[in-house]
Amino acid sequence: MTEHAILDPATARHIPTRHVWRGVIAVVLLLALLWFVQGLAFNQALDWTTVWKYFLDYDVLAGLGRTVLITAISIVVAVVVGGLLATMRLAESRVLNALSWVYVWFFRSVPLLVLLVLTFNLSLLWPHVSLGIPFGGPTFFSIPTQKLIDPLAAAIVTFSLQQAAYTSEVLRASILSVPLGQREAAYALGMTRARTMMRVVFPQAFRVALPPIANDAINLLKSTSLVAFIAVPDLMYSVQQIYSSNFRVVPLLIVATLWYMIVVSVLSAGQYVVERKLRNAPSRTRQGASA
Amino acid sequence: MSAFLEITEVGKRFNGTTVLDDVNLTVDKGETVVLLGPSGAGKSTLLRCVNMLERIDGGRIVLDGEELGWRESNGVMRELSGRAEARQRQEIGMVFQSFNLFAHMTVLQNVVEAPVGVLRRPKREVIEEAHELLKQVGLDHKADAYPAQLSGGQQQRVAIARSLAMHPKLMLFDEPTSALDPELVSEVLDAIKHLAVTGITMLVVTHEIGFAREVSDRFVFMENGRVVETGLSRRLTVEGAENARTRDFLSKVL
Ligand SMILES: Nc1ncnc2c1ncn2[C@@H]1O[C@H](COP(=O)(O)OP(=O)(O)O)[C@@H](O)[C@H]1O
Ligand SMILES: [Mg+2]
Repeated sequence: MTEHAILDPATARHIPTRHVWRGVIAVVLLLALLWFVQGLAFNQALDWTTVWKYFLDYDVLAGLGRTVLITAISIVVAVVVGGLLATMRLAESRVLNALSWVYVWFFRSVPLLVLLVLTFNLSLLWPHVSLGIPFGGPTFFSIPTQKLIDPLAAAIVTFSLQQAAYTSEVLRASILSVPLGQREAAYALGMTRARTMMRVVFPQAFRVALPPIANDAINLLKSTSLVAFIAVPDLMYSVQQIYSSNFRVVPLLIVATLWYMIVVSVLSAGQYVVERKLRNAPSRTRQGASA
Repeated sequence: MSAFLEITEVGKRFNGTTVLDDVNLTVDKGETVVLLGPSGAGKSTLLRCVNMLERIDGGRIVLDGEELGWRESNGVMRELSGRAEARQRQEIGMVFQSFNLFAHMTVLQNVVEAPVGVLRRPKREVIEEAHELLKQVGLDHKADAYPAQLSGGQQQRVAIARSLAMHPKLMLFDEPTSALDPELVSEVLDAIKHLAVTGITMLVVTHEIGFAREVSDRFVFMENGRVVETGLSRRLTVEGAENARTRDFLSKVL
């Protein structure tokens, strides 16, 4: 008969569970990654010398500049217009609600490419831009629409307006995520509606909105390559121009890819820094029964 | 004669359901009145009507001679603009059951926000006063903490300080201790007790009958949107109450 040794849990040695499989899976995955990277780095078809030759090419850099410009302006406009749309949607006026809803519905349902081409060819729909009294009143001046629209402007307008529709939904959800009690407390202190939004609701909504907006910005950065259709020389269009004359398609696509990766990395790093800053102030109030 | 706060024949309906039915209630200057009654009686709704967080369907509410939420012009009553309403609310402090401290601001910022942003008082002066108010509720050492880092009792005491920083004419409390763990209730009640003796006018919804008897001057008992009984708070015992409904309620909560 064996005797059970009686252990004293206070003094006995404690051995945590070993997660053997976690280690094995990690090693396998790392080896696979290494193999893949090595396959790329020494791949003759990729022609890294051509990649480096065009990496800092003037046209490539100018294209990169336009890509970043379109993205940056569009996301800023999208946040401002989207904020306005979200506020309209949450306002007590039926008309404002409906207008905001229709805007979002329209710009989310029309394909980006169609919108882009239409904006660029706005003169087909409205040949003249004029200032006057509508519904048959006098006209003060009129100029051909075609003169007003250059491809870069058309691209910026298109991406801004469409992105505003998406961003307004993100902002609306973030505003709704701020508990009603926050607003009521502000009103009870004598704050006006506008002040309450600016000082209490938006700052808290912003924390919630930041990750999806960063996501949208990254998505937008790459979607802007559609501008090739209206001949805006952005990053993608510039490398296309180059490979259509020297036929080194893959290396030039890699040039574009590397630049997109670099810009996305910068954006992600920025997002990380801002999120960490915001996290210093705890965002959730322990309220109610858990107090 | 007119009282400091006069609630006259106030009615309120939500989607056809009457929640306040012809409510009359007065509070004199410097008086503390407690509002008692079972859940669903309409106590919160009444406080929210005084603070214009809800719009009344009938009757009137007058504070210190000024009609709240409406103004008379050319013989008709016109609803106040949002801005005018906000100005009237500056003079009414409200403490909520769920504290509602601004989650993205520190304790000090919570207290300072409205006096500086709304009343446009000099920041330095307001900060000094805020520390003083926080000292009064025993929380000056938490001035730089965020609400999420405080216990419920501490949050509620900050909320009281935040309201007082506006120097309101009237303080409204809506079950200020109902969301608290039992051991935290007394610290908040103590803070309110200290206020009562400063001579501020208060209307307090509470289920703490002992506290009500000790601190308040009068009680108002509500049920089903009506005022059932009002009386002196020292009568707040099962034997002391006159109305059978009040007695029944008191026998349950005491
Ligand atoms: N916003 C609202 N919409 C619809 N019904 C409401 C609303 N607020 C309160 N009520 C109803 O009004 C009645 C009184 O509620 P309330 O004033 O919160 O009572 P108490 O604070 O006395 O418990 C309840 O029946 C409640 O369901
Ligand atoms: Mg209530």
